[in-house]
Amino acid sequence: MNFVGIVLISHSSKIVEGIKELIRQVITDVPIEIAGGTENNEIGTSIDKIAKAIQDADQGKGVLLFYDIGSAKMNAEMAVELAETDVKLVDAPLVEGAYMAAVESGMGKSLGEIYKAMKEEF
Amino acid sequence: MELTVQDSIYWIKFANERIQSEKEYLTSLDQAIGDSDHGINMARGFQQSVNKISDGSYVHVSDVFKDVAMTMMSKVGGASGPLYGTAFLRLSSAVKEKNPLDHKVFVEGLEDALNGIKQRGKANKGEKTMVDVWEPVVTLLNKNNEVTAEEIVNTAKEAMEHTKKLVATKGRASYFKEKSIGHIDPGSASSFYLFESLAKVWKSGGQA
Repeated sequence: MNFVGIVLISHSSKIVEGIKELIRQVITDVPIEIAGGTENNEIGTSIDKIAKAIQDADQGKGVLLFYDIGSAKMNAEMAVELAETDVKLVDAPLVEGAYMAAVESGMGKSLGEIYKAMKEEF
Repeated sequence: MELTVQDSIYWIKFANERIQSEKEYLTSLDQAIGDSDHGINMARGFQQSVNKISDGSYVHVSDVFKDVAMTMMSKVGGASGPLYGTAFLRLSSAVKEKNPLDHKVFVEGLEDALNGIKQRGKANKGEKTMVDVWEPVVTLLNKNNEVTAEEIVNTAKEAMEHTKKLVATKGRASYFKEKSIGHIDPGSASSFYLFESLAKVWKSGGQA
């Protein structure tokens, strides 16, 4: 079974590693990719990392992006514009949003359904 | 004035020299109201852009700007990456397959770049961002093609200094609210260096 993928974007790789760990405790089959820090793993975000994470998280059902602050959103928006897959950027708190989306994706919901649920919740 | 491939490369080179020498200063501005990475990020982005365009042989100015855009996007970790990246990408698309650029085409390109920055950053004039320097400079250049290098420098400098009086409502500085007053916006400072460098190319009458 294929699932909607999730990409976690943060200025710090530790933040997104931690969130992924948190979600993995409950949801094991949904693809979750992280894009934390810059190319050199300094604090910041990287459009290349985000683009790769989108590719890796895509199983054909689309990908939802979650981000933290500042440049993360701008870089995510650029990645969405460049991406060839079905991608949506979610304006939600990073931890709660990603967790909820992972649960919904695990139930086999579509990109549109999860995105709608996110909009209603946050 | 006209802008040739060679001029556009000199523009970025001059901007890089200026940013390298003001790296500490830009960082100190960003320390006051941001995350203190602007100097380092801009220095890295411009240096890598110069490395990239120095190696290339270009037929069109737009390809120089495209390489600068791509480098900025992937090599700058902070918000300045997508913002300057978008600016140069828009400029590149606007002047596609032209060499040299006449005044009108170039200024229209800068206008597109400014609109790109506004859209990407969801910012308008008066919010203590790089838009506060870009907009007055583009307006000046739009007025006529007799603009002098001094006018460009003065307009950009005045605009940068004016950001001191503004309250930040965009980006990391917005968390500081009223405390952001009294500080020059780092992005407006790097934009000043960019236009100061353009003026240097301008001054040489396209013979940089």
